[in-house]
Amino acid sequence: MTDVGITAFGAYLPRLRLQRKAMAAANAWFNPGIAAQGKGERTMANWDEDAVTMSVEAARDALPGGDPLTARKHVQALYFASTTMPFSDRQNAGVVAAALSLPEEIHTADVTGSQRAGVSALIAALEKVKAGGAKTALVASGDRRKARSGSTQEFQFGDGAAALIVGSERVAAKYLGSHSISVDFIDHFRGEAEEYDYNWEERWIRDEGYTKIVPRAVKGALEKAGVAAASIDHFILPCQFAKLDQQLAAKGGIDAAKVRDNLASTVGECGTAHALLMLAHALEDAKPGQKILVAAFGQGCDAAVFEVTDQIERARPHKGVKGWLARRKEETNYMKWLSFNGLVEMEKGMRAEKDNKTALTVTYRKRDMLFGLVGGKCEKCGTAQFPRTRICVNPNCGAVDQQKPFSFAELKGKILSWSADYLTYSQDPPSHYGMVTFEEGGRFLSDITDVDIGTIDSGTQVRMVFRIKDFDDRRGFRRYFWKAAPVY
Amino acid sequence: MASGIRDKVAILGMGCSKFGERWDMGAEELMVEAYIEALQDAGIETSQIQAGWFSTHIDEIGVGKGGTPMSVALRLPNVAVTRVENFCAGGSEAFRGAVYAVASGAYDIALALGVEKLKDTGYGGLPTGQPGTLLPQWGANGSAPGNFAQLASAYRAKHGVSKQDLKRAIAHVSVKSHENGAKNPKAHLQKPITEEMALNAPMIAEPLGLFDCCGVSDGAAAAIVTTPEIARAMGKKDIITVKALQLALSNGLESTHNSWDGSYFHTARIASKKAYEEAGIRRPRDEVSMMEVHDCFSITELVTMEDLFISDEGRAVHDVMDGFYDASGKVPCQIDGGLKCFGHPIGASGLRMLYEMYLQLQGRAGARQLKNPKIGLTHNLGGAPSMNVCSIAIIGAHGA
Repeated sequence: MTDVGITAFGAYLPRLRLQRKAMAAANAWFNPGIAAQGKGERTMANWDEDAVTMSVEAARDALPGGDPLTARKHVQALYFASTTMPFSDRQNAGVVAAALSLPEEIHTADVTGSQRAGVSALIAALEKVKAGGAKTALVASGDRRKARSGSTQEFQFGDGAAALIVGSERVAAKYLGSHSISVDFIDHFRGEAEEYDYNWEERWIRDEGYTKIVPRAVKGALEKAGVAAASIDHFILPCQFAKLDQQLAAKGGIDAAKVRDNLASTVGECGTAHALLMLAHALEDAKPGQKILVAAFGQGCDAAVFEVTDQIERARPHKGVKGWLARRKEETNYMKWLSFNGLVEMEKGMRAEKDNKTALTVTYRKRDMLFGLVGGKCEKCGTAQFPRTRICVNPNCGAVDQQKPFSFAELKGKILSWSADYLTYSQDPPSHYGMVTFEEGGRFLSDITDVDIGTIDSGTQVRMVFRIKDFDDRRGFRRYFWKAAPVY
Repeated sequence: MASGIRDKVAILGMGCSKFGERWDMGAEELMVEAYIEALQDAGIETSQIQAGWFSTHIDEIGVGKGGTPMSVALRLPNVAVTRVENFCAGGSEAFRGAVYAVASGAYDIALALGVEKLKDTGYGGLPTGQPGTLLPQWGANGSAPGNFAQLASAYRAKHGVSKQDLKRAIAHVSVKSHENGAKNPKAHLQKPITEEMALNAPMIAEPLGLFDCCGVSDGAAAAIVTTPEIARAMGKKDIITVKALQLALSNGLESTHNSWDGSYFHTARIASKKAYEEAGIRRPRDEVSMMEVHDCFSITELVTMEDLFISDEGRAVHDVMDGFYDASGKVPCQIDGGLKCFGHPIGASGLRMLYEMYLQLQGRAGARQLKNPKIGLTHNLGGAPSMNVCSIAIIGAHGA
């Protein structure tokens, strides 16, 4: 029987790292006990990032490079896991698929409702491929969870995403088996239309939840995989209780030293994505022959076991958790954090009053342009251009209806001209934008994101990223498009 | 073979309202202010107007669409009125419509009028936002200053000019216009500024500070045109005629094709070449007496000096610093204060530029009168550097 497992993996962490010391300093007057949380940093999504955009980045980190229109045709299924999906009814996985220019002949599904949804999605993908339902499946998970200002969760959470590619060729981490437990243990919940979680007592969650439920799933997964607990080299369990992961590992016969860093001090816990993020992190270190157990808790527990193969070296991501961890900018402005997360109402000025209603007919008609950053390339003269039009822009060509779809998403660009604009409304002023040109041909006046004042000029190299373009607060809609970001 | 517009049409009269924050007036009243002056200058009655071209840009906050706002405000005698809109170059567009109508022989006397009422928005600066249904979904989140500021980084990169040197040169552009505007009682901004004030002003869109941006003003301007023969028959002396009218529009090259380097106006170079040819001008640096250019932002004026072939490429910074374009310089530019200080009521600006050239050529420019100007050029731009319309008009004494 063919081996099924993880063939590639990737991650994404936003650039900003909110300093918990600054968070504590801002909140200690109200909640003196919070001072103890003021250590390390957490990832902080930019205003234009959400579970979808971060998952797109993680998937790009995992997918092979090259032209998205040809290099991604093998993906036949996409599972998108999150509990902070931007849309309750509009398939979010479909947005991820469109942004990645995945083929339309694909099985896509949103997996949600629990903190273990990331691992649930991974198991579903593995089982689907194993059953022959898809040759290759992509699992992407991202979360940007909202917590009240000054809450413990605000300190503990992080923003981020991870992606795994599941297949049966060049398997880098062979799937040995999994086990799932479903128990309606309500450690926290978020009701329909509620913005924040409601949390029960931590000691109860620790003693009656994690301690009693996780070992059952771990034991079951090890049995199904036929792997002895003592042979696990990487034990992965997102858990906000210090040292509990090590105690649970030891309880199950796993060497406590094999427990993976839960990234609490550098990232925070990224919701449904966190177990997959830790798995991606582990795979970056993993050696052939090593065994990995990944478990995620949430109204039960999912656990899966993998064995690393000699294909692991060629499966490494473009950046990976380590690469993204290294790209960081410390943020100490707690007010900015509040504003980016809708926790405070800033005076936006009259310019922010413009109606951002989106013509959905246009969004659909231009979907490859808007979601895939697909322009055109003239078959007659070879000029790449964005957007794709009926008449070639090359003054020496002018051919009609000769442009074939051409993706700019993975091309490196360069800034020709730019400005930092304080007049136009921006959630993060000044609004940076400029003419971005591509070596292959083509250019457009593009928003520039993840940029600091005074750090770009003509000639700066940029990479295109899929981001939120605008919010339509009146209708609960958000637009996505691509922006340029300085290359890192 | 087309013979061009040179000397076929004369300006019979012109008018221009006081520009500025006209809290006391709406667009309709401003139109009347400019129109009455033009009518009196021309020495005719409303009943003699045979057709009108009406320019206004932002109809959402202005008078609405169509030609009726002008026809009603001026109580025109049920004649043809065409509303034109071509971004900030609409005023020139209205003039072009009226001039061509007279040149065709279809009408003896035609009116061009532009108006904009901007100070009813509730905030400073022009409204921002993308038109249509597709552009808002992908167009950069910008404003007019940020779009024009793009020129600065590209110009620096191309010509190896330091940030400081360029900032100082564009500061001088504004200092000069404020000096001129101080002598113009109709100007929106009539206070001189210093270079230090310009350099240290709050940033609007890097590298443009507050004094690098033109006034956002209410105002109206009007021209009444006829043939030189009719003007003479009406007893007019010092007849001013149209020497050239050119308009060039982007076709997507600048915004889409990598052959444009972002540091200049592709359209302005095309339109000015054609205009010089139409007007019979061979050496613009020597033959153009004065100019009103579209100084929506100081950087726009600076690069335009090269696009009009007055400064050699890469030399505008030096000409500006040498005072070549000052009131006392070889080719005075923005002698009325320009968009910078006279103000920029969008739909009216092209006609306001012509108004100053017309007054100067007739020796009626008061405290800012230049010595014996022969040829006046106006450059009226609409859009953004990467996609725009550029109008060039040249006027001068009939037969000159």
